[in-house]
Amino acid sequence: MSLTPDNLFGMHTQALDLWQRRSEVLANNLANADTPNYLARDIDFRKILSDAGAGAESQGLPLSTPSPGQIDPLAQSVQQLAYRNPTQPSMDGNTVDEQVEQANFAANGVHYQASLSFITAQIHMLRTAITGGQG
Amino acid sequence: MSLFSIFNVAGSGMAAQSLRLNTVASNLANADSVASTPEAAYRAREPLFAAVQKQLGSGNAAGEGVQVLGVTESQAAIPSRYEPGNPLADADGYVYSSNVNPVDELVNMISASRSYQNNVEVMNSTRQLMQKTLDLGK
Repeated sequence: MSLTPDNLFGMHTQALDLWQRRSEVLANNLANADTPNYLARDIDFRKILSDAGAGAESQGLPLSTPSPGQIDPLAQSVQQLAYRNPTQPSMDGNTVDEQVEQANFAANGVHYQASLSFITAQIHMLRTAITGGQG
Repeated sequence: MSLFSIFNVAGSGMAAQSLRLNTVASNLANADSVASTPEAAYRAREPLFAAVQKQLGSGNAAGEGVQVLGVTESQAAIPSRYEPGNPLADADGYVYSSNVNPVDELVNMISASRSYQNNVEVMNSTRQLMQKTLDLGK
């Protein structure tokens, strides 16, 4: 068993990155809560994480994007944002529901902390293995 | 690190909402202003918000917060009052007051302050998450 950091922390590093992106998207929804014609967006976490897992297993070569204007398809798939189904859209075309966004943001923060504590537990496990439980 | 950009997003939201609060204050302060002509009368002001979109290929597809495109003036009719004793009255004895609707302004004020609080909460939560990330492994 090789203990490179990626294998050690498993999917949690990727999950952490996704929670972080999602919190950015939700923060953006909340900032635009009063913008006319703004459509609330969100990340389909399950789909993107399974895509990321499949990409790691298929071992396909990534498309090289040497110049800054080129579009990286791998990065694009991670950034695919969906539009939220509005429950009560307002007359100015805004579909941000502040309560829903707040709830999602709070849940997202808890998930983020959960991923963090999984990583912390792995670090503690490794430290115990190194010090033989004496540290 | 994308957690940092949340500070910019929430900050832009707070700036936009405080500008909205500013226009509400201006409108309420001028609710009883009068003028000699309909053109010179105070018109209720309202900010125009728009979402900031990122350039294609510049990282995350999520937007970058909100911007204020400008401040628009209400096109509602200017009410006129017959007040011959007013020093600002025109030749026919009319003064033209502002078209500010105090009820609209109070509703706007509550909405702006709630949205501002939402953005502050987002910033606080993000700060805590960053702190926890810094404490990773302790």
